[in-house]
Amino acid sequence: MSMSSGSSNLGFEVKDLELINLTKRFADFVAVDDLSLTIPAGSFFALLGPSGCGKTTTLRMVAGLEDPTEGQILLGGADLTRLKAYQRPVNTVFQSYALFPHLDVFENVAFGLRRRGIKDVSAAVTAMLELVELGNLSRRKPAQLSGGQQQRVAVARALINHPGVLLLDEPLGALDLKLRRQMQIELKRIQTEVGTSFVHVTHDQEEAMTMADTVAVMNKGRIEQMGAPVEIYDLPRTRFVATFLGQSNEVPGRVTGSSGRDILVDAAGARFAVPAARSAVETGDILVGVRPEKLSISTQGTDIGDGVNAVTGKVIDASFTGVSTQYLVMTSWGGEWMVFEQNHTLGATLRPGDEVIVHWRPEHTFGLAVDSPAVDGLVAESA
Amino acid sequence: MRWLRRNIIGIIAVLVLVYLFVPIAVVAVLSFNQPEGKYNVTFNEFSVSAWQNICGVPGVCESFALSIQIGLLATVIATIFGTMIAFALVRYRFRGRDSTNLLIFLPMATPEVVLGSSLLALFLNITFPLGFWAVTIAHIMFIVSFIVVAVKARLQGMDPRLEEASRDLYASPRATFRYVTFPLVLPGILGAALLGFALSFDDFIITFFNAGTMVTFPVYIWGAAQRGIPVQVYALATLVFFLSLVLVLVVQGVNARRRRRLEAAVASS
Repeated sequence: MSMSSGSSNLGFEVKDLELINLTKRFADFVAVDDLSLTIPAGSFFALLGPSGCGKTTTLRMVAGLEDPTEGQILLGGADLTRLKAYQRPVNTVFQSYALFPHLDVFENVAFGLRRRGIKDVSAAVTAMLELVELGNLSRRKPAQLSGGQQQRVAVARALINHPGVLLLDEPLGALDLKLRRQMQIELKRIQTEVGTSFVHVTHDQEEAMTMADTVAVMNKGRIEQMGAPVEIYDLPRTRFVATFLGQSNEVPGRVTGSSGRDILVDAAGARFAVPAARSAVETGDILVGVRPEKLSISTQGTDIGDGVNAVTGKVIDASFTGVSTQYLVMTSWGGEWMVFEQNHTLGATLRPGDEVIVHWRPEHTFGLAVDSPAVDGLVAESA
Repeated sequence: MRWLRRNIIGIIAVLVLVYLFVPIAVVAVLSFNQPEGKYNVTFNEFSVSAWQNICGVPGVCESFALSIQIGLLATVIATIFGTMIAFALVRYRFRGRDSTNLLIFLPMATPEVVLGSSLLALFLNITFPLGFWAVTIAHIMFIVSFIVVAVKARLQGMDPRLEEASRDLYASPRATFRYVTFPLVLPGILGAALLGFALSFDDFIITFFNAGTMVTFPVYIWGAAQRGIPVQVYALATLVFFLSLVLVLVVQGVNARRRRRLEAAVASS
């Protein structure tokens, strides 16, 4: 996978994309801050972050639509940094597609080929429209297509040029939920088929995790954490990642010692074991964290056994969602914890007001530094 | 009473349309008149002689042709200038951009009497001969403002991502202009040109000041009105009205067909 260049099954040149110390400063703020990153040839890579984190600016610099203040962009070892957008072997699927409204589907898809002086485009265009399953609509204007169809045209229009890397800027943002799911699978299929690298910018964590092999979580112009979706979900390294990628329950405490491979933390009048390898700090103040679905919940007084981490509290909300029941628990120190419990059995659920004990296995615990900020609420991207 | 309440909007709409079209209808009807005296104001006797002999009165068709000539020339030149100014104002940041934006509006806001008389003073001062070129220059001057405003609106309404997409797809700046920007702005330019032509064709005040002894169609009608307007003028006016009507109907028909096709396409997908 990490070859510098090679050839995919559909004749695409696959190439590594390297960003080296990439920085973009606007008048009063730093949009992208000294970003270094290698995206291996053929990968599906997601840049995930809230609005204004610099992910779109990064993408635009790779496309050549924005000039970096400092740093370099290399594709398969070749320096693109000083090339104009129209000279780069890189293509983009724009947010809300930017299809040319005066041209039909065929001419939209043929645009890049024609601009490079290729005379006979019809075989290539037909093949590409087949790939995105739009063969019968080639003479329609963009306004005559549904959102999902426009999306496919945008992908075909970019891919027909066999770019070294395909950039996707919030490509599914304008679609409704059901169509978005469909297109996620569709894009993944196309990527596997053509084999070229896809760099996908999104603020939707579920979308990033579903599609990408590698997710980079961006915040304030920097990458907070990068890795396979399973890895970063299981072991977030900063509070931002813990809260932006899924939900996280936390309790602030102090490291007081160690036992074997675990560090011991005193927090909220109880003792917690955190595997040392899963903690970002080993002394002093710490946030003990755990994901909601790793938790078990029982009424107080139930025997939960030894060697588990546990907190006590009171149920303040219980919502039944079919597959699971989600409890909101007010903990003994006044924090709010979210607990997802699978509905293995029918009946007897806990009710608001019940005194409960919430417990989990130490190996699911992670430790975070206290000073790193969380995500402020839910972030919705505009425009 | 209930009937009235349900149809009141329709009734008012019809009344307003009648108000708008009665004068035009009067002209059309009187173009088929054989007036008794020299004033063509009461319907006397049906006749198509004015239509058969539309250039029969000396000067009518000459002035009509002259107005079309000036209109076309002024429109073409003003459209070229106006489009270039609009692109400069929307696309580039330069010193004096804001004041240019303001100054462009002035000819539209200035009363025509003022414009006409100051232009006359200017032409006399620099001993520029009054007549065809003086009038054409004057028309270009006031049409340019309208063109700039119309083309600017179209340009500003264009999604900037379309040009970015074009650059992303290997189009040089020149190719982007030719294949994306210009085709998308063209309808705005054509609309502006049509408006410009209409403004030039029926301009009387500025033209009258600077025409010297030249007689355009509006000037001809004004002169004729003192002596009794020949029926041919009514016929020409009716002709112009119906030509514009046909133009509008064609445009509407094309739009309607496009919309029907679009609806059919969406319904079948």
